[in-house]
Amino acid sequence: MPKPRLLNREEESLPLERELLVRMHDLMVKARVLEERLIQMYKQGHGYFWIGGPGEEAFNVPLGLLMKKGQGPAYDYLHAHYRQSATMMALGEEPIGAMRQMKNVVTDPYSGGRNFAGHFSKREWNIAPVSSPIEVQYAMAPGTALMQKRHGGDGITIVTGGDAGTAEGDFASCLVWSSRKGNELPVLIIVTNNKWGISTSAEGQHGETNVADRGKAFNMRTKTIDGNDPINAYLELQEAMEYVRKERKPFLMEAVVSRLYGHSSASGANMVGNEQDCLTTFEQRLEKHGILTRKEMDDLRNRYSEDMAAMARQVIQEPMPGPETIWNHIYAERK
Amino acid sequence: MANMAQAVRMALHYAEEHLGVTDIFGEDVGPPLGGVFTATQGLKTAWNTPLDERGIIGMAIGLAMAGGKPVAEIQFADYIFNTIDLLKVAGNTCWATNGDWNLPMVVKTPVGSGIRGSIYHSHSFDAMATHIPGWKIVIPSNPLDAYGLMISACQEINPVMYLEPKALLRIKGEERIPGEPDNDKLLSKMIDAPLGDRSQWKPQWPELEAYAVPIGKGKVVRAGSQVTVVSYGRTLPLCKKAADDLAAEGVDAEVIDMRTLWPYDWELIKGSVEKTGRVLYVNEDTEVTNFGEHLVRRTVEELFYKLMAPPRLLAGKFIPGIGLADALEMASVPQQGDITAAIRTLAGEQP
Repeated sequence: MPKPRLLNREEESLPLERELLVRMHDLMVKARVLEERLIQMYKQGHGYFWIGGPGEEAFNVPLGLLMKKGQGPAYDYLHAHYRQSATMMALGEEPIGAMRQMKNVVTDPYSGGRNFAGHFSKREWNIAPVSSPIEVQYAMAPGTALMQKRHGGDGITIVTGGDAGTAEGDFASCLVWSSRKGNELPVLIIVTNNKWGISTSAEGQHGETNVADRGKAFNMRTKTIDGNDPINAYLELQEAMEYVRKERKPFLMEAVVSRLYGHSSASGANMVGNEQDCLTTFEQRLEKHGILTRKEMDDLRNRYSEDMAAMARQVIQEPMPGPETIWNHIYAERK
Repeated sequence: MANMAQAVRMALHYAEEHLGVTDIFGEDVGPPLGGVFTATQGLKTAWNTPLDERGIIGMAIGLAMAGGKPVAEIQFADYIFNTIDLLKVAGNTCWATNGDWNLPMVVKTPVGSGIRGSIYHSHSFDAMATHIPGWKIVIPSNPLDAYGLMISACQEINPVMYLEPKALLRIKGEERIPGEPDNDKLLSKMIDAPLGDRSQWKPQWPELEAYAVPIGKGKVVRAGSQVTVVSYGRTLPLCKKAADDLAAEGVDAEVIDMRTLWPYDWELIKGSVEKTGRVLYVNEDTEVTNFGEHLVRRTVEELFYKLMAPPRLLAGKFIPGIGLADALEMASVPQQGDITAAIRTLAGEQP
């Protein structure tokens, strides 16, 4: 099992600056409130389907904070999956876009009302389009990484997927293509292990002790980490990203996370209650160490809740895409 | 004259020198082999991949996302089927992101029968490819078009599927590629890799020109007045020969080479069918949900009152594969005799 690093049992002090801890907490709350708002919108009939990442904030927020944000091979590419709203929030994205996608209104900045919630796309920041297949991003990641290796800068490719998705051949493709001798690629290959594949537990899905161990056969640096601890996740990601940036070689990281509202709205989107909530445990530590008071944290949550409720009220008034728009963007046209 | 493999190679050379092509890759595409059909010999950006078709298509998508201009090869179309959902993703990326991303990528793959390739080196891909929106799909039937279509494919900012009729890859053209030397032997000496050790070999490329065949434009390869024959790829030269032969019998057939399957040149087909009132579509993919069936449907819906006879489709038999033995292959996909007979019958059909 993953071991928390740098933290002793007594945890005399937290190993990150106060400002960063407060920032991470803020973003985790923001992302959680967003996901809960999206679920509520679904349940109120303001959207056909919800899928997202409540329970993965402790990992996804540090990931977004550590990314080198920008467009083109000098910057990091993210081939995300559909549980990464927290990464988008950490990169500085406004939550209203996710609500617009949930409501499939014409203003949806990621797909113009065409795709499910959580299916982000933002070329301006190298956010590759999220698609519903759980594996295709692993096949594409070596392509962006190859361009980055040639570019000569320190941009890296980050690809994420779930543990169940590693059963697909594209995960093996990613391991093979990013680790060929002399052609190693700067890819941070991430598996968020929530111990579920839709309704089937990990035990029924795959038998390896740690998913990360699969990288060892490819002479890849690997690590299984506790993704429910944002401080640990930040430090581990920082180290792994630094390795990939400098060495221009792949790193396979498995982050053990929780799935707090089930697979998607198809399984009800109800709080499960029996999994660790990374936000609750982080808040306990922040309070214990005097970083934030309970009241400050409650106020923050209430503020976000109110803001996002107002955003949702706005979004549901926005127009739907017109039927004639189905013909738009089948092909790109030269500008 | 250059053969089709040489034409593709020269176009790719032009494209990597002048059109920004960054990567030409696939199984055995780089040195020493330069492609199982030699179409990628001597190219400076050609490289060999793992034997992983999904990895190849995924690599092309990733390169295109990050500013590259890839030309990926699937060694035989028979092996492209396990990449279908990646082809779907490539085709829907621009649309799904409401225009945020576009993927300038080319996938080339040899298709069809004609080399006694048995069950896994003979299949067509045109019916399947035309079921995947978001791609442009081209298929040449001669070296000059092969050159010009590859130039256009490499100038595209959207995914292009470039189908190579493998039976025609070794066939020399009748028209010179701009810049191609007059002497075939000289051309071969310049750009064909030698047998044996090739480690020191470098091609001497002719001064080529940017001759482009526009995507979406078909071509009348033989004008006629009594019956229209629409084809592409391997069966196109057979249709042309059939039409030439039938002229002696007083049958005057017009033959159209589609060259692009999507978006295709309906105006050209329509104009011809309005003139002749008879149309035969010919291709060698399996006949059920065949691309030609779409063309027949459109012909019926839009040109019904112009027709003198039912539109016909001559295509491959709907069987699980093309058998190795000569008689099996010949019986599975349209051959010269089948095409000539079909045109003759259609030309004589009266209301």
